[in-house]
Amino acid sequence: MTNRPLTEHLDRSNPQDIKAYQSSGGYQGFKNALAMEPQAVQQQVSDSKLKGRGGAGFMTGMKWSFVPMGDKALNQDGTPQQKYLVCNADEMEPGTFKDRLLMEGAPHLLIEGMMIAAYAIGASVAYIFLRGEYRLCATRLQQAIDEATKSGLLGKNINGSDYSLSLHLHLSAGRYICGEETALINALEGRRANPRAKPPFPQVMGLFGRPTIVNNCETLCNLPSILNHGAQWYSELANSPDAGTKIYGVSGRVKNAGLWELPMGATAQQILDLANGMQDGLKLKGWLPGGASTDFLLPEHLDIPMEYDAIAKAGSRLGTGGIIALDDHHCPVGMILNLLQFFAQESCGWCTPCRDGLPWAVEILSRIEAGKGSQDDIDQLLKMCGFMWIGKTFCALAPGAVEPLRSGLTYFADEFQQHIDHKGCPYGH
Amino acid sequence: MSKVTMPVEQQIPIQQVDYRAVLSEQEIAAIEHECSLYEERAAAGIDALKIVQDHRRWVSDESLYAIADLLQMPVVQLEGVATFYNLIYRQPVGEHVIHLCDSISCWLHDFPKIAEHLKAKLGIDFGQTTADGKVTLLTNVCLGCCDTAPALMLDGDLVENLDIPSIDNMLGKLTARGGKND
Repeated sequence: MTNRPLTEHLDRSNPQDIKAYQSSGGYQGFKNALAMEPQAVQQQVSDSKLKGRGGAGFMTGMKWSFVPMGDKALNQDGTPQQKYLVCNADEMEPGTFKDRLLMEGAPHLLIEGMMIAAYAIGASVAYIFLRGEYRLCATRLQQAIDEATKSGLLGKNINGSDYSLSLHLHLSAGRYICGEETALINALEGRRANPRAKPPFPQVMGLFGRPTIVNNCETLCNLPSILNHGAQWYSELANSPDAGTKIYGVSGRVKNAGLWELPMGATAQQILDLANGMQDGLKLKGWLPGGASTDFLLPEHLDIPMEYDAIAKAGSRLGTGGIIALDDHHCPVGMILNLLQFFAQESCGWCTPCRDGLPWAVEILSRIEAGKGSQDDIDQLLKMCGFMWIGKTFCALAPGAVEPLRSGLTYFADEFQQHIDHKGCPYGH
Repeated sequence: MSKVTMPVEQQIPIQQVDYRAVLSEQEIAAIEHECSLYEERAAAGIDALKIVQDHRRWVSDESLYAIADLLQMPVVQLEGVATFYNLIYRQPVGEHVIHLCDSISCWLHDFPKIAEHLKAKLGIDFGQTTADGKVTLLTNVCLGCCDTAPALMLDGDLVENLDIPSIDNMLGKLTARGGKND
């Protein structure tokens, strides 16, 4: 039995070939699910302790459990309510490229995962919300959808059952906020993709006002193996409080940037070793554990397991598990400025702290980086970290931007001070 | 589920355009196919904008009005969608569009140097098109190929592991082969 449920099906040459996928056990998980009651599928996923891989790490089984089922999911005339499953494949977190690997290399794995999730919540229509830049993913997913439809795995009365599912690919057009699930729903409805207020939660009132589950691509790709090999097998893959495996990655000035599927709780040091360490002549100065919206950690944190609680205890978030390594030849202030520029540009503009606060932070950081900053600027940045924190903003975008800023101000306080004292960037930026 | 009414949008005078006078049969068929995948026609808005852009390189006001007419939705709502996205062009662009990734992993791989070189070679800044109408230069947020940084997207296709020679080679080919409509 495999211990790499996510990458065992990776096939770079002919990934959309359904026969090849089936001959290595593909679609068996869905067939097992179809023989069970939907609630039993939900229970199995709950038992597996799978957590969402989009960044927030919410229990997948629990997320599903809020969807009305059975008698509670009927229209006034007694017909079953329309429900939707949406795959969030709007992968735009800087430093994150794991979903692309899965969709390009194993499109049928995602489709099978979506079929299982849709069956578990009783959805008859599913959408893949894919970022527009991922062209190769789009081609391969569409080919795989077409093959699955031709084989009778998608469509009406699948495998002779009462269950029907149609699955469509939606290509977005480039906007980070669409990764926020309520903004994504607005985008799918053809509205400007501002986030929505919660409650009501999408599980009850989502796409077109219907019960809707939005799951990340990697999360869904875990489902086939859970249904194929069981919840216990899955949770025992990791020697950690978190279950299963994870696609970890590292980018930056390392020798061999890339992605690796490892048991949950692998350490950043292990990942860095797989990347053959930093490039010659460079030392690791700091790292973001899971994309641009996570707090900096230091080399002394490299041996902490990359699982949700342990990374949180160290003061950051696991996020997407895509490590970004900062080396000692690049300016931390410059890096934070680049990150904040991204968030300022991608703010949807809906709420004031985010729309006005982020460009303001960019202005101050630009001034400091150019050697024209003052002590007041540092104080102002620290204050703004509070103004844009959770509870002050409409969604998690600005608090995400604050994470590398506040931790950077703490860990790289000396570098910030040097910029001000010496009226210039010590790294020559 | 009752539909949300939008009184403000309804008050705004809408320029009436008959979509049949503007959009081609091919465009209309492709947009209608997208409409068939959703509960509401307006949901196909982003797809419709992309379909029209694929045919005309950008989305003019006239195209916008025509799409809104075809989808039976307020122009204001569609414009709100069109201006929201980085990959919908509401101004004319060149025969080729370059989106250079400016996010963190590319920044750590010489983004400033690459950006300066591209601008100097093309003689334009970001957001501009060369005088001969050949190339438009834009940035893009993280392209999701951080392991092969620095990267850019040329007419929708990824170009990875950029350096000065590979950029010169790419630009040379663009000038030699002309536009995609040639």
